[in-house]
Amino acid sequence: MTATAERAASALERYEAVIGIEIHCQLRTASKMFCSCSTQYDGAPPNTHTCPVCLGLPGALPVMNKAAVEHVIATGLAIEASVPEHTQWERKNYFYPDLPKGYQISQYAIPLAADGRLTVDTSAGPFTVLIRRAHLEEDTAKLAHGDAPSSSGYRTTLVDFNRSGAPLMEIVTEPCLRTAEQARRYAEELQLLLRAIGVSDADMERGQMRVEANVSLRPRGTEPFGTRVEVKNMNSFRAVERAIAYEIDRQAAAIDAGEPLSMETRGWDDGRQATYRMRSKETSEDYRYFPEPDLPPLRVDRAWIERIRDGVPELPAARRKRYVAAGITPYDASVIVADQGMTGAFEAISAAGAAVPAKEVANFVTGPHARLAKAAGLNPRGTAGPSDPREIAAILAAIADGTVGRPIGRDLLDRHLADGTPAADLLATVRSTISDDDDLLAHVEAVIRANPKAVADFRAGKPVTGFFVGQVMRATGGAADAARVTALVRARLEAEG
Amino acid sequence: MAEDLTTLLAHQMAARLRAGEVTSRELAEAHLARAHATDRGLHAWLSLDDDRALAEADAADARLAAARAAGPAALDALHPLHGVPVALKDLVSVKGGQCTAGSRILEGYRAPYDAHITERLHEAGAVILGKTNMDEFAMGSSCEHSAFGPTANPWDLGRVPGGSSGGSAASVAAFQTPLSIGTDTGGSIRQPAALCGIVGMKPTYGRVSRYGIVAFASSLDQVGPFGRDVRDASALLHAVSGRDERDSTSAPIPVPEDLVRLPSSDDEAAAWLRGRRFGVPREYFVAGMDPGVEARIREAVAVLAASGASVEEVSLPHTDYGLATYYIVAPAEASANLARYDGVRFGHSVRGGEDYLADYLATRGSGFGAEVKRRIMLGTYALSAGYYDAFYLKALKVRTLIKRDFDVLFEAGFDALVAPTSPDVAFRFGDKMADPVRMYLSDACTLPVNMAGLPGISVPCGLSEGLPVGLQFIGPAWSEAALLRAARAYEGATAGADWRQVLPRDLALLEDPGIATPAERAAAPH
Repeated sequence: MTATAERAASALERYEAVIGIEIHCQLRTASKMFCSCSTQYDGAPPNTHTCPVCLGLPGALPVMNKAAVEHVIATGLAIEASVPEHTQWERKNYFYPDLPKGYQISQYAIPLAADGRLTVDTSAGPFTVLIRRAHLEEDTAKLAHGDAPSSSGYRTTLVDFNRSGAPLMEIVTEPCLRTAEQARRYAEELQLLLRAIGVSDADMERGQMRVEANVSLRPRGTEPFGTRVEVKNMNSFRAVERAIAYEIDRQAAAIDAGEPLSMETRGWDDGRQATYRMRSKETSEDYRYFPEPDLPPLRVDRAWIERIRDGVPELPAARRKRYVAAGITPYDASVIVADQGMTGAFEAISAAGAAVPAKEVANFVTGPHARLAKAAGLNPRGTAGPSDPREIAAILAAIADGTVGRPIGRDLLDRHLADGTPAADLLATVRSTISDDDDLLAHVEAVIRANPKAVADFRAGKPVTGFFVGQVMRATGGAADAARVTALVRARLEAEG
Repeated sequence: MAEDLTTLLAHQMAARLRAGEVTSRELAEAHLARAHATDRGLHAWLSLDDDRALAEADAADARLAAARAAGPAALDALHPLHGVPVALKDLVSVKGGQCTAGSRILEGYRAPYDAHITERLHEAGAVILGKTNMDEFAMGSSCEHSAFGPTANPWDLGRVPGGSSGGSAASVAAFQTPLSIGTDTGGSIRQPAALCGIVGMKPTYGRVSRYGIVAFASSLDQVGPFGRDVRDASALLHAVSGRDERDSTSAPIPVPEDLVRLPSSDDEAAAWLRGRRFGVPREYFVAGMDPGVEARIREAVAVLAASGASVEEVSLPHTDYGLATYYIVAPAEASANLARYDGVRFGHSVRGGEDYLADYLATRGSGFGAEVKRRIMLGTYALSAGYYDAFYLKALKVRTLIKRDFDVLFEAGFDALVAPTSPDVAFRFGDKMADPVRMYLSDACTLPVNMAGLPGISVPCGLSEGLPVGLQFIGPAWSEAALLRAARAYEGATAGADWRQVLPRDLALLEDPGIATPAERAAAPH
């Protein structure tokens, strides 16, 4: 725990934090929200993905991107929100150089999704975040501020309209969160959800998912909200948690010292690990929302919603539950579900080897397979490097049924991961497992004779069973069932005793 | 001396082009020459693009020649406007061309794309001569609010042509072009058509794509045609109508082919009136209207009755609320539509202020004229927190009532309503400039039609003290074919009327190269 987090925790003994989260996600669509420009502008030269519509030229008109609407509806269904039968577009009016029309086409009165929820696991147990609304709007252009005055004497700001008009979903929670951890977990879980249903890549570092938090404190046991501060520029989940903890600490210190807080927007400085004042929010801007006359109202019929519902895949929470039910630890289930690559590999291997215990697959997927996946990436079959889910399943099955011992099995898996050698070839190199007790007993007898000191230790009450089992396993080249060996060693030692 | 080609109607040009009696280049050259020679005193044009027009005319001639060689079917396949000159109000985007919307703030802007109707006109083979003057951002009823100086009325150069499409109307009335395109948000085609003695039509909202048209009020704006007769206007409407995927408010409703098949015979046209049912809304005969205008409208109604139509007085009870409602809805939409003129990307731009806000204020403060600023302020106010419900939301409700007034009558079986287009004939420069509300009242008889999204057409119906009067037909949504048939019928029934022989009174004056400009006339005390 950092010093700030500790102080925040102590502040929370006296104050209750009231936190609401707003998240903007860029939706994964081929074209922009209201024109046919491509959204694949990442890395492209400035102003190369533009047209009269997203430049806001005179006479240009918007045309709705249906796929973006479906993404928001899918999100709404995934967070158990209600989807209205009809909605409309509205103009949100304000002047800024990144907003070419002088208004943003957005949704105000009737969001595409309302009253949803998302349950997250926290260190204090499950917590349900209430989601007020999710709506669709268009993104703004990107400004690049010059540091120094140009030759003309002005400080210049350049505008790149590639991002202008990209579809953006805004998801707003109720002010129902109480800790920085809840906020981070909510953001993490929402990212998983958005990726699982395929509506957004939701990469925070690339600005595809932007988290803003409204934080205020009130003395424990009181109702009225304190002075609200908006925190922006949190570019990672860790930053979300730390920035909110910092704000809780900062606000508590101010209240304790009798200093007034002001309604303001603060930014998170990752280098200084502190928030800083960006601008005042004392006066709320009047956006003069009104229905967008260039777009007809949108009817959302039930059949359309049901078609979208049919396309919503298993959600992260349900998947975790299923994995735990299959015998995986809750921790491993979280680790696997949090990573799309691991999830894919787990599903592919499980599908290829129905008989392999889930726990066996989970250990492999989170262990050696994860290391190779990181180094070599995933193949179209869903597993790392040259490997194949069917071959992996075959080796895991051999380990699980005791056909090969665990150390040899691990070795075989490593060899398969390295060059993709088929399981049958690998297994053929291993001597068939010594399952005959007579053979095993011969090995046990030999190690007991060879280690009189250990036998003496056994008589003295020291735990030496593992030592003997290890010796037998080594003598058999791992080709023995460790459980059986353990039983035989125990029996033989009892006889000695 | 060669015949003056500028006196021809568009459908006469079409016939001669097909017969090989005239070329598109000859038509374009004749009209460009007349426009150049006569526009000092009229100022109907903001730009004439001779090179582009002649290139388009040559292309039209080439296609004509190819069609003629291919046979009669190929000739028939050409649009009636093929090779015919047309003018565009200077808010229609033409790739590479200026598009000022009558405003300083768009000076220097070149549209990088064609409007849908520009594409449609090119497909039809029409020849675009240039761009016409207008009230700034189509806000006005006199063309006096153009940042580039007013346009005069060819009937009396001391008077306005109406607006906002004043340049488009005046150019057609002055034989500088047979056809022009305007836009109508509250009467901006029909009122200048009436004041200039020509035909002008606002189609059903959604009939013509607004893509590439500089927006004033998005839920009211419609593109429409001007012509010197109903058939010409109808053919131009046919050319530019139809669904466009890029305008989500354009309707997927087929364009009636009847628009290019109106009867050429006046008697045949007039015979259509027999058994038709027209309503005459009593609220449109407003207090203070010009008695000459009222007399001409009553006479026109009598002509319809005499031709076998039944005519009944009807009521549109919410008409009185039209103006107030319009002046909330239209400025509200305009306040947002005009926010993009910020000097950041194109057009007029003042830079070097303390911050971006200072540059916005300087750019917009110097780039917009007084009327535009007035409407931006009206609209901003109407949408502001605390006022939205009392103004904007209430206006939307009243708008529904106004629309229902019309629905009730059309459901009761009226083919069309007949009313004055404008309560006045053309007024003198400056007469209404000091009092915006008086100016706004010029559109009292036209703007309810925009509020209801209906088609309306103004046709000449005589003169009052030597100045033209317009008769308005208003039809149900998507009834353009019938409405044009009705207008053509009235035209046929009055084909022999003496007033039809009267040419705009000051046409001859326009030939004088030293004539006073409209700006000079407007500035001079009268």
